[in-house]
Amino acid sequence: MAGDLTGWLLALLQTLLFIGSAPLLTGWVKVVKCRLQNRAAPSVLQPYRDLRKLFRKEVVLAANASWIFRSSPYILLGAMVLAAAVVPLIAVHLPTAVIADVIVLVGFFALGRFFLALAGMDIGTAFGGMGSSREMSISSLTEPAMLMAVFTLAMTASTTNLETVVQYILDQGLVLRPSFVFAILAVMMVAVAETGRIPIDNPATHLELTMIHEAMVLEYSGRHLALIEWAAQIKLMIYGVLVANIFFPWGIATQATAATLLVGILAIAAKLALLGIVLAISETLVAKMRLFQVPRFLSIAFLLALLSMLSHVILETGG
Amino acid sequence: MSLAFAYVSITSALLSGLLSMVMGARPFLLKTVSFTLLGLCGVFAIAGGGVALLTGAIETDQFILGLPWVAWTLRLDPLSGFFFVIVGLVTVAVALYGPGYIREYEHGKQPLCVLGLFTGLFVAGMLLVLLADGAFAFMVAWELMSLASYFLVAYQHQHAANRRAAYLYLLMAHIGGLAILLGFGVLAGAGGDFTFAAMRARELSPAWASVAFGLALLGFGMKAGLVPLHAWLPEAHPVAPAHISALMSGVMLKMAVYGLIRFTFDLLGDIQWEWGLTVLILGSASALLGVLYALMQNDLKRLLAYSSVENIGIIFMGLGLSMIFLGTGNKVLGVLGLIAALYHSLNHALFKGLLFLGAGAVLQRSHEHDLERMGGLIHRMPFTAALFLVGCISISGLPPFNGFVSEWLTFQTALQVPALESGVLRTVIPFTAAVLALTVALAAACFVKAYGVGFLGQARTRHVRHAREVDRGMLGGQGLLAVLCVFFGVLPTITIDWLGQIPQMLLQATLPSATAQGWLWLTPISPTVASYAAPLVLLAILFAWGAGYLLLHPRRRRTPIRRGIPWECGFGPLSNRMQYTSTAFAQPIRRVFRPVWRVDEQVAETTDPAQPLRVTGIRHQLQIGDRSWPALYEPIARWVLGAARRVGRIQTGSIRTYLAYSFFTLLALLWLVT
Repeated sequence: MAGDLTGWLLALLQTLLFIGSAPLLTGWVKVVKCRLQNRAAPSVLQPYRDLRKLFRKEVVLAANASWIFRSSPYILLGAMVLAAAVVPLIAVHLPTAVIADVIVLVGFFALGRFFLALAGMDIGTAFGGMGSSREMSISSLTEPAMLMAVFTLAMTASTTNLETVVQYILDQGLVLRPSFVFAILAVMMVAVAETGRIPIDNPATHLELTMIHEAMVLEYSGRHLALIEWAAQIKLMIYGVLVANIFFPWGIATQATAATLLVGILAIAAKLALLGIVLAISETLVAKMRLFQVPRFLSIAFLLALLSMLSHVILETGG
Repeated sequence: MSLAFAYVSITSALLSGLLSMVMGARPFLLKTVSFTLLGLCGVFAIAGGGVALLTGAIETDQFILGLPWVAWTLRLDPLSGFFFVIVGLVTVAVALYGPGYIREYEHGKQPLCVLGLFTGLFVAGMLLVLLADGAFAFMVAWELMSLASYFLVAYQHQHAANRRAAYLYLLMAHIGGLAILLGFGVLAGAGGDFTFAAMRARELSPAWASVAFGLALLGFGMKAGLVPLHAWLPEAHPVAPAHISALMSGVMLKMAVYGLIRFTFDLLGDIQWEWGLTVLILGSASALLGVLYALMQNDLKRLLAYSSVENIGIIFMGLGLSMIFLGTGNKVLGVLGLIAALYHSLNHALFKGLLFLGAGAVLQRSHEHDLERMGGLIHRMPFTAALFLVGCISISGLPPFNGFVSEWLTFQTALQVPALESGVLRTVIPFTAAVLALTVALAAACFVKAYGVGFLGQARTRHVRHAREVDRGMLGGQGLLAVLCVFFGVLPTITIDWLGQIPQMLLQATLPSATAQGWLWLTPISPTVASYAAPLVLLAILFAWGAGYLLLHPRRRRTPIRRGIPWECGFGPLSNRMQYTSTAFAQPIRRVFRPVWRVDEQVAETTDPAQPLRVTGIRHQLQIGDRSWPALYEPIARWVLGAARRVGRIQTGSIRTYLAYSFFTLLALLWLVT
């Protein structure tokens, strides 16, 4: 089942490209958002500079931090890198893609989140616990919506392997499926909640009472913080790639030749740039919502995913 | 061969119980001998069950006891062999853990010998349930198991709450036992042959088969703790000593799963998909409600007990899916669902055993069972904390640990709905899969809460601050289960290969595709449908961790890492009361799913009489109750009481009236007979 050596090499390169370009996407969203809000934008490369700065800085640990606090950033990054490895970025038919299917992918996110939430509670400050509690509550509502949307895809393509889904949609050509329209909306709403963007959470704020993600990582510094930031950037990119390559897979390389791979890189770059603009526009137009409005937002996401499933069963299979 | 091992195992369990009765006066001897024998029992149970499971051999025997016309036939086949292994694994862990743990009870009010006696009888009873090959032997063994565990629940009977829990348990166990007995009665029919072989051979009409199934579901569901029959479980499991809780939650609930599989898949035969749908819906309800109730608990053992309801729900979901697919003629998918359910039974035994043992270790060292009074135990009990973490990760269904594999298999079964004809089923099943997704996510939240509040942060009470690590035996028991959690998580393909003989025997079908790609790849249907390579996942996480550590850790610098005080907003030092509590952690979820619980929240403010606007104190009270009490149990209890009162009227106390009753009853019976 495992591919040959070139396949593994290509998969490794793709993963490195994936995690290497994740800060770029974050930088891009920031630039577009600044432009939209008539502010002077930082360079697109600013996230790299921030990471470099953090990696060089000294780590200061809280007095009673245990090994959970120290190892959580590594586990989080490991889980995200692994998740990035199984998502088809520029090519399908890579050997890493079959290591895990989309349910395992959701499991990787859950693993990273589990440790981050534990790390938030490790110090024993009120903020850490607050962030962990909110993160776990919100994620327990996003996960069913995400899986429900994914199940629709899986039932359409009768597989949960991402690359087989991509291949199936490529083979089918451009068919308008109502279930996919609902599913893509649901996945995008989940993505906004999971990656801590407006209107659920604000990655730019340190306003103490509204924080979710930032509250959990408040005690981190130096390379630990860098790892967490990087992992968050990879997560944003994974959701972007999922939306881009599953619903609109055209351009992805199906053979491993230099020309197709180049096309694949250009295609995904264009798609992500577009998605970044969409995200920036929505973050500019929408205000952050109160924490207790979030369940309503997520229940709409779940409802959309459910509609997507129903329309698949009723309209598309003739059952 | 396998049956001989089983006999040795049961004999050592019985000996362990009886010898502890003899050695009541010598605690040291009692601990050594009775737990060594219990360990021996576990080892031989694993050996016997393992042989039966791996070879697929079916051995039967006639037991010397029994009545002339109802012989006690015993039989060890792959299905009972598998559950033998489950009993054996947890029993070995308990035998390692027990000697250190029961030191706490040496100077207690109750004699140790009682604990030893009923532990031995309890384990022997469970093993006999698995061996029974006739309804009569099954019911006797079932009652032995139930009664022995009743005495274990009631062990610390000086607390009124424990007596109440034990009584409730006894009551529910007997109503359940009655339903099972009636179910067997329907199967045996008028012929009255109570051997399983005769029941297998009988053909029931679909209506009678449904009646038998309904009775079995009621009886075994009650023992397993399916919603809404779960009310006894969170009362009874936490009050027993921790190693008994581990056996009850980890193993005894599986006896009900075994019973239902034996009854439905083996004895009834022709499975109808409507049964499967019922089981699936009950399972989903149990899974979701179980975890929601678990989230609201502050008592660690009670939380674990409610989480057992959740996991039983997941197992029943797998069984329900299997029955739906079998009832609609999709044999291979039915096998997949059955394997998912069996796999989760094994996993739940391991991680729930581990977590209960961990909770017992904390209880022994800190005398706390309330999460709100723990905290910071990772510094005081580092090994217990690490092992408990393994249990938490496994039960939360996170890759690459074992809970994830069985939940993944359940998801995969649910996703095979396009094979079904009915549009309703095709909609309901993915919806239950979404319920499962919600359950798994909430379970993660629940165990972040349990671990984060209990083991992380700062100690909240003096006992917890001075807790010490437990001894090697207790760590060994937990360590064994933790290692197995990782093993079954990382090598699912091998495990499924081992389970292969069970569907072969029950359904004459296996799942060849699951293991077709070698030990590394788990592909339940085919490689293009879904694949999961757990060893590679573990390897990759370790690699990423190692690479990150090597590349980023400043090895050149000699100075240790700097420690500082955490951020306290400039208000001075943090106290341990500022930490997030268990109640606070669960508050957002309580707000979202409010109608699920019976929440009684009261806030009373006291104000300064001179200045009415100045609040001097706030008192907050929160009571979270189980809705099944007012909705189901209390009406039934009232009805029973009312009926008893009405019946009581005919009891006048005068002997003449009673004689008249007897006379008229006799007349009526005579009239009926003729």
